[in-house]
Amino acid sequence: MAEVWTIAEASGGTLKEVSFELLARGRSLADELGVPLASVVLTDEIEEAELQRLASYGADIIYAERDPRLAPFTVASHAAFLTALVTRHAPQIILAAATTSGRTLLPYLAVKLGCGLTADCTALAIEEGTGNLLQIRPAIGGNIMATIKSPDHRPQMATIRPRSTPLPSPDHARRATIIPIAVTDDFHDPVQVLSLRPFGDQSSSIENAAIVVSGGKGLKKRDNFTLIEDLAAALGGAVGASRDAVDRGWASYPHQVGLSGKTISPELYVAVGISGAIQHLAGIKTAKTIVAINRDSEANILALADIAIIGDLFAIIPVLLRRLEERRTIE
Amino acid sequence: MHIIVPIKQVPQSSDVKMDPVTGTMIRSARSSVLNPLDLYALEAALHLKDEHGAQVTVVTMGPPSAVQILKEALSMGADRAVHLTDRLFGGGDTYATSYVLSRAIEKIGSFDLVITGERATDGDTAQVGPGIASWLDLALATYVSAIEEVADGHLIAERLIEEGYQRVRVSLPALLTVVKEIAIPRLPTLRGKKRAMGKEIETWDAEAIAADRTKIGLKGSPTRVVQIETPKVARSALIYHADGDEATVQACDHLLDFLQERNLLAEVHHG
Repeated sequence: MAEVWTIAEASGGTLKEVSFELLARGRSLADELGVPLASVVLTDEIEEAELQRLASYGADIIYAERDPRLAPFTVASHAAFLTALVTRHAPQIILAAATTSGRTLLPYLAVKLGCGLTADCTALAIEEGTGNLLQIRPAIGGNIMATIKSPDHRPQMATIRPRSTPLPSPDHARRATIIPIAVTDDFHDPVQVLSLRPFGDQSSSIENAAIVVSGGKGLKKRDNFTLIEDLAAALGGAVGASRDAVDRGWASYPHQVGLSGKTISPELYVAVGISGAIQHLAGIKTAKTIVAINRDSEANILALADIAIIGDLFAIIPVLLRRLEERRTIE
Repeated sequence: MHIIVPIKQVPQSSDVKMDPVTGTMIRSARSSVLNPLDLYALEAALHLKDEHGAQVTVVTMGPPSAVQILKEALSMGADRAVHLTDRLFGGGDTYATSYVLSRAIEKIGSFDLVITGERATDGDTAQVGPGIASWLDLALATYVSAIEEVADGHLIAERLIEEGYQRVRVSLPALLTVVKEIAIPRLPTLRGKKRAMGKEIETWDAEAIAADRTKIGLKGSPTRVVQIETPKVARSALIYHADGDEATVQACDHLLDFLQERNLLAEVHHG
């Protein structure tokens, strides 16, 4: 029976959480199809105990390759291993994370394998009767939800946003068969990673953050942007910014939220002094809870907000920080 | 050096209609613009041209109205423009589109670099750039935020990834997809516009690029849009007015209660 696969991500010998999120998605598809669920791990070093965590989140089979050429991620090396593996086992579905690696690898692989790929799916289902994978994704700036399938091509491939899947509790007793990939081909990767300059504290990635606090034009100047940083720190979130704020140099581009920046789906999004241009709203439409703090009771952002405080943000934020702190002290 | 920049015409706003039968987008020429994220790819190419001397060719696949964005690119400083247009290309997904563009790039001829935007603001897939690299077996570096050095046979670039900025050495020929941080796009100048008017835009159809008919358009696309739904996006916000000190404190408390109820105050990392 053709398997369902997920592409795990690992770094420094540790699996990334998104690997387990993909397994949660894959497990329900595999159960519905009545086929095994496999996870593919391509990395340099990883312990067997760490690999078995994939089993505790639902993997029946783990295809693992440890090779110094596989970390850090470069697309040609990963694609070479995967192409060989797919050809050997002919899975029917491959799910990967919509991370910078997944969004690079999957389209490259889809062309090599001559199959279809859907980016950034928010929901997956099996079509009754045909067994086709139904891939549901927001399109056109989040204004519509499209259901997409690849009826005549296998494997069917999809990427899924990190943090869009709740994690089940792991079953630590589960064990999976670990199968080495063993690709013998010698190949040269035309891209070599030289070094990594990690982000400073303020720059924790907004894509993966459960909570994002963003500031916009309403902050008026760079110095005031510290209010956003303080609120983000107090809520345990990352700092985001509207295009206006980034264009004015108050925050750097990796923080930009919206169609021309990053589309995010955090548990909580707090928009401070952001009126809500269409392109900004499109970037946050799938956030679970949206809070707006704005002077204008007619601002576009209110159409998307679950709760809003209308007033002067310079008066509101300090009070909000103080009341939050008091609440925590009492606890 | 020869740099090819594939660009795309996209709807200006995100309010676009979809054809309920084919599931493809209905584009109206009136409100179409050059994909804003392609401006950064074009600027990166023009910057290399200014620094090192390079020929910059822009190429787009699209309906007759897409000529507009090629003219815009020429007026910014591109040297040559190719328009891929054919009814047979219509309805293509990212697989079919990247195939057509790769055929055209091959026909354009010897090049060192292909630079694309990170993604188009309409489809939002970010799949066409990597797809072209795969068709042509080019070295591929995505999310490039800076090009530090271009030397014989390779370049050094910086990529913006989840963990930070990653420096990479990329063998040429290569395809780079670039993010907004790479440059500030220049505006078309009056002189550029005049120069662009004198330039001929080459038009190629499926036959001109010797495209395999089974890999283009809707028929050549592995994916099918089978259903479209318009989700209800409006949420009804609870609204609190912070007029004066007392009301501000109350509004903040309401907000904190609301967040607590939804378990959103739990995820705080102390220290």
